[in-house]
Amino acid sequence: MDNKKPTLLDGRVHVVRDASGRSIDNIDTDMIFHNAHLAITEVEKMGEHTFGNLEGWEDFPEKAGPGDIVVVGENFGCGSSRQQAVDCFRALGVTAIVGESFGAIYLRNAINSGMPIVQVPGIMASDLKSGDTIRIDLEKSLITAGREGGTLPECRPFSKVQLDIYNAGSLFRVQPGT
Amino acid sequence: MGNTVIEKILGAHAGREVTAGEIVWIELDVRSARDFGGANVVKNFEREYPGEAVHDRAATFFTFDCNAPANTIPYANNQQICRDFAVAQKVRVYDVDAGIGSHVLIEQGLCLPGTTVVGTDSHMNILGAVGAFGQGMGDQDIAYAFRWGRTWFEVPPSMKVRLVGRPGPNAAPKDLTLAVLRRLGSKGALGRAVEFCGEAVDALDLSGRITLASMATEMGAIVGLIKPDEKVSAFCSTRSGGRAGVFHDADPDAVYVEEIEIDVEGLEPLVAHPGSPSDVRPVAEEAGRAIDSVFIGSCTNGRIEDFRAAASVLKGRTIKEGVMMRLAPATREVYGRMLEEGVLDTFFKAGAVISHQGCGGCASGQLGMTGKGEVQVSTSNRNFTGKQGDGETYLASPETAAASAVAGRLTAACDL
Repeated sequence: MDNKKPTLLDGRVHVVRDASGRSIDNIDTDMIFHNAHLAITEVEKMGEHTFGNLEGWEDFPEKAGPGDIVVVGENFGCGSSRQQAVDCFRALGVTAIVGESFGAIYLRNAINSGMPIVQVPGIMASDLKSGDTIRIDLEKSLITAGREGGTLPECRPFSKVQLDIYNAGSLFRVQPGT
Repeated sequence: MGNTVIEKILGAHAGREVTAGEIVWIELDVRSARDFGGANVVKNFEREYPGEAVHDRAATFFTFDCNAPANTIPYANNQQICRDFAVAQKVRVYDVDAGIGSHVLIEQGLCLPGTTVVGTDSHMNILGAVGAFGQGMGDQDIAYAFRWGRTWFEVPPSMKVRLVGRPGPNAAPKDLTLAVLRRLGSKGALGRAVEFCGEAVDALDLSGRITLASMATEMGAIVGLIKPDEKVSAFCSTRSGGRAGVFHDADPDAVYVEEIEIDVEGLEPLVAHPGSPSDVRPVAEEAGRAIDSVFIGSCTNGRIEDFRAAASVLKGRTIKEGVMMRLAPATREVYGRMLEEGVLDTFFKAGAVISHQGCGGCASGQLGMTGKGEVQVSTSNRNFTGKQGDGETYLASPETAAASAVAGRLTAACDL
């Protein structure tokens, strides 16, 4: 396919744990992008509110940089259907979201907007920590630890639809199938 | 290999037999957008499909319920963007006077057993109450659905939740729902289609089924499906002008990833502790906690049956001084019934603040927020920190909410 998107993503990770190092599960869309900012429709203006209502992570917009990867726990993005909760990461240049599991609507929103979203059960039990680097191979459905070493659990395979949408750029570039 | 209910519904809309785990393209019977997300649906549509018409205008709707009438200029602008698009595309708007979109779709006979319905409301799966596949989706998804009338979907694995035993006389449908949440937690049904069954489920009327199905979202489920009984089928048929919909039972050899039984014998009133809908405890355990405010309504408990139940607790009583009770009926139809039946009079005499139909207390700022230190009892479905203000929110049945307003502290109606 022409204009094919990169299928190897290397990035520095932010592992969303609490102060004691435990995974923060069930992060809902109000914690990711609070409903007070829902009137914002320009993606560029969304970044500064990312994790604005997540205790201990309010300074994420200052810490995150282009090419970074966010690693999250179980049921990430539960709650409302707001697209902003995905787009706010895009605004900060985050290139992928990796997690134990995701809220269903959140997963779709990420897939449909072409944001690589990777389901890796067991990822939070690994010794991956913020600042480490990982590589995501979208074609092989593989994630590997960067130079810090260590092994990471297997990820759920990407579906054909997910790869088609990612490569096309968004759901809108894909014709409905039969 | 047999099929579960969700496999049958999605299969019927894919035109072939489907199995959990497959990604299929399905026909969508109804596509809707609410005022929350709706303007972005329009913007996406106009950017991606300039000059194009929606796929089927008779199957496409706007429902304004989140911030209705708009109390901020951005919301007002967003609603007007939807109205202008609707006029140009000749699609129907259930405007700020209609009420909660998912309830309007049921009342208007647009959502029938076995149908597929999508919208920008994350509680659209409430339509499982009539045996329909309802699904909340983001604004890009809905713009795509407006254009094509189809979308992709991963057929979810199914889980059967059977409620056994007979709940105690003081247990409301909300208590049954909270009992399920207590067992499943916020992830217990993650990514699954739940089939609710058992005598206690069969015994629920449409209103109670709506309450149970509405919180499938809080259990992490894709949808919680309930087989329509004769009354529900008759309701849908009457409202749709005779179209009954088609609900297919699961096959005897259908495959479930998990089948559980929850014993609800003698169930007592429950509450969800502030912070998490699944942090469920008996009211008795939290009884005596002083409260400041009460909200009755929402897509979970905004039916006439809910207000009747609360009013029967309030009848001849008054709300404790210093406690504020607010209510918002789910729809205009519910509001009308409250007027006719004198239910509104009971609430008024008890001292409640009576608001209009819509999402009311659940939507940001629409019907007040909680302040730091404020303790609220709400019949809604979410009590995440910060969701309804800086205060703390307990989730409870309309009966418990009303009793707590009278007592000024968390109280079950039977202990008033």
